[in-house]
Amino acid sequence: MSKTLDGAGGLVSVPALLNRNATQFGSAPAYREKEFGIWQSWTWSQTNEEIEALALGFLDLGVAEGDFIAVIGRNRPYLYWSMMAAQMVGAVPVPLYQDASAEEMAYTMSHCGARFVIAGDQEQVDKVMEIQGELTEFEAMIYLDPRGLRKYDSAKLTQYSAVQEAGRSKRAALEPKMKARIAKLNYDSTCVMLYTSGTTGKPKGVVLSNRNVIETAKSSSEFDDLRQTDDILAYLPMAWVGDFIFSVGQALWCGFCTNCPESADTMHTDLREIGPTYYFAPPRVFENQLTNVMIRMEDASPMKKRLFDYFMGVARKVGPSILDGNPVSLIDRINYQLGEFAIYGPLKNTLGFSRVRVGYTAGEAIGPEIFDFYRSLGINLKQLYGQTEATVFITAQPDGEVRSDTVGVTCPGVELKIAENGEVFYRSPGVFVEYYKNAESTADTKDTEGWVATGDAGFIEESSGHLRIIDRAKDVGQTGNGHMFAPKYVENKLKFFPNILETVVFGNGKPYCTAFVNIDLTAVGNWAERNNIAYASYQELAGHPEVLSTIQSHVEEVNASVAQDAMLSDCQVHRFVVLHKQLDADDGELTRTQKVRRRIIEEKFSDIINAMYDGSDTISTTTEVTYEDGRKGAISATLDIRDAAVQTVGAKIAAQ
Amino acid sequence: MLDQADGYMTADGRQIGPVVMEMKNITLRFGGVEAIKNISFDIREGEVRAIIGPNGAGKSSMLNVISGFYVPQDGQVLYKGVQRPQMRPYQVAQQGIARTFQNIALFEGMSVLDNVMTGRLTHMKTGMFSQALWKGRAEKEETANREVAERIIDFLEIQAIRKTPVARLPYGLKKRVELARALAAEPSLLLLDEPMAGMNVEEKEDMSRFILSMNDEFGTTIALIEHDMGVVMDLSDRVVVMDYGKKIGDGTPDEVRNNQAVIDAYLGVAHDE
Repeated sequence: MSKTLDGAGGLVSVPALLNRNATQFGSAPAYREKEFGIWQSWTWSQTNEEIEALALGFLDLGVAEGDFIAVIGRNRPYLYWSMMAAQMVGAVPVPLYQDASAEEMAYTMSHCGARFVIAGDQEQVDKVMEIQGELTEFEAMIYLDPRGLRKYDSAKLTQYSAVQEAGRSKRAALEPKMKARIAKLNYDSTCVMLYTSGTTGKPKGVVLSNRNVIETAKSSSEFDDLRQTDDILAYLPMAWVGDFIFSVGQALWCGFCTNCPESADTMHTDLREIGPTYYFAPPRVFENQLTNVMIRMEDASPMKKRLFDYFMGVARKVGPSILDGNPVSLIDRINYQLGEFAIYGPLKNTLGFSRVRVGYTAGEAIGPEIFDFYRSLGINLKQLYGQTEATVFITAQPDGEVRSDTVGVTCPGVELKIAENGEVFYRSPGVFVEYYKNAESTADTKDTEGWVATGDAGFIEESSGHLRIIDRAKDVGQTGNGHMFAPKYVENKLKFFPNILETVVFGNGKPYCTAFVNIDLTAVGNWAERNNIAYASYQELAGHPEVLSTIQSHVEEVNASVAQDAMLSDCQVHRFVVLHKQLDADDGELTRTQKVRRRIIEEKFSDIINAMYDGSDTISTTTEVTYEDGRKGAISATLDIRDAAVQTVGAKIAAQ
Repeated sequence: MLDQADGYMTADGRQIGPVVMEMKNITLRFGGVEAIKNISFDIREGEVRAIIGPNGAGKSSMLNVISGFYVPQDGQVLYKGVQRPQMRPYQVAQQGIARTFQNIALFEGMSVLDNVMTGRLTHMKTGMFSQALWKGRAEKEETANREVAERIIDFLEIQAIRKTPVARLPYGLKKRVELARALAAEPSLLLLDEPMAGMNVEEKEDMSRFILSMNDEFGTTIALIEHDMGVVMDLSDRVVVMDYGKKIGDGTPDEVRNNQAVIDAYLGVAHDE
């Protein structure tokens, strides 16, 4: 494919790729967005025109080379165009998380000194207005959706369409300037700056060059044979490196179409309508979808349920083998075909996966049952391992070599090495340029030879050559008995139960391991409904004795499985608490990408942790919570601390 | 403070136009019960006008008089300067008055979209037969009306439930769908009967936001009844206060808040020690 696309070389910047697409695939769809109940679409040549008009408008506003332009809002074609228009005038786009609080935005925007902001709607405009006093470099804001902004009287506010209009009308005067700026772009120009989610401490601005983005887009597109005719659904945060690579990098490289949902709530309907061929989702999304399917099957008629159970059994048995191209008996094949007709086909259609050719999950470990469920339906779901600093791709699973417990082999152009302490290092053309205004952290992460520390501990499996990740390197510790402590390993096993949404395991330097558990309100709530258990709040349901018993049985099952691993058998959970509130990014307990922040949780709930180690059976506690609108409140509760049965290390667990 | 002819300017800089609806000495009786006693007030173009009062004050009766559902025994209702004759509900709708109900009155078995489309009925001209055949003018007309409906769905952020039957929706969303249907009629006067009743804080905030932006975006004149004092004071430009069928206050939220009769009605009268 690259032969046909990469003709002239010279494709060293986003505007260059855009120009090629506008010429080569001018009439093919580039962006679609559902609005007013209809999919609106733009071809590559229309897209190019829209972006140029905006870029000219930027020049009219006085955007200088090297300026940072913050982009904030939900996934919409206009915002992707803003990023590309910024690149056209030599500025650097900085997409920000749309659910970030005003303080978080104040930090990132003043860190990069953004002169301009593109805001999706009133909500984002309000946040910027609130913090503009702290932003010394901030000059102007461009807004997309004018709803509710009519009364805003600020010289700093301009509507997106007005900027484009100004650009169009002054085209003759400004075009040479724009062309000159495009001509100056090369492989080493900055393409984008993305802030890390900040699992530890303040977010860092990762600077990615055109080389990083384009090389990565090119090699990963070849790896998975992505085509010009592919479709993706852009629904993950624009500030996340993955979305940038899929919806900008690869989309430009291959020329495929990026589809934006109508709103966050309609994502599943839109997914179904578009039927993407290339799809990415964090494990959480797959988990939710599976939970929904199972809940709906519980309510289905007995006939349908029997049919579903029978054919899912067939799928589990032979589905993955058929997908991997391994030999399967004729009878099984016929049976699977019947299943495809009766169950899998309609189910995939309902889920929106009918056309998926390449599907990826990453970010967290995915439960083997969940992973196998999708694969057994014939959906080519694979895992990849990556991070912002690598422009996503470090390792990925090639077709035919897919397993739930590895993250695959190195991507083209990537080198890998494992340090003595188990930490994974890599080197690739995608390795980031630097952390903006943070030479110290850059030096800590990337050595002079270009090797980058991932911060993850892992090993390469000898039999397959695949990388396996155990945990964050800094979270790996020792239990009081001197055995290895890898909390994530246990947490992932716990989270594979649909009833458990989130969990945090403690035990570093402690005599035994303990855990916090968050129940999944969808799954447990549905169970409560079916069993006529009334509850008024998350807190009440989480404290229900039967819920606690169910969670206890899950913990004990995990203990049995952990005990089998000689290296990690000391990580069994002896005592646990089902928390009275859901861990939430608004309270700082999770990052915006929904990863747990251990240190903060340890501090905040230190009283509960202490109680789990001093032998108490209950603990009364009060916790501060932040509501969505930023107000604070407090909830208090008395929590039961439960003991879970543990397996003696080395004992046979066949009895289970 | 009011100039009868031309309206006034609100604190947040909106120009309020001339009187749209004027109630003159309205008295409404049900047998021996006087629900409304000699009340006069007006509603001006572009304003958010609230009617408040304790339970049984006659607020809903008042709204029903405005909507033409009840005909008062005494007094005059002037709509756009013309004395209003006795009318059937559809005639009221044709005049550009739409309303929502305290106890939701939607078509439960129909989808949200279909419910919103019923709000467009007064704007459809083609007959039943051509609509059934769905050819030519009828098709064009439906497309145009669907677009209006979709804009309102987008405006009220109910895209995700567009195709959901109303019966399956929670209360707060049903209220929003009812608002969407009323708005679909593109009314010049919108009557809201307790739009926030039974809602939680978040839903109330959403609803307030929608009411304000409706007024702002489409310039819709809104008359609303509400129990929640906080909400009323934040939303409305002028407030009529009723108690036992009588008007005990009329003015801006600030004026009303400091009106002794209103304070007494809401908080009770203090006894001397």
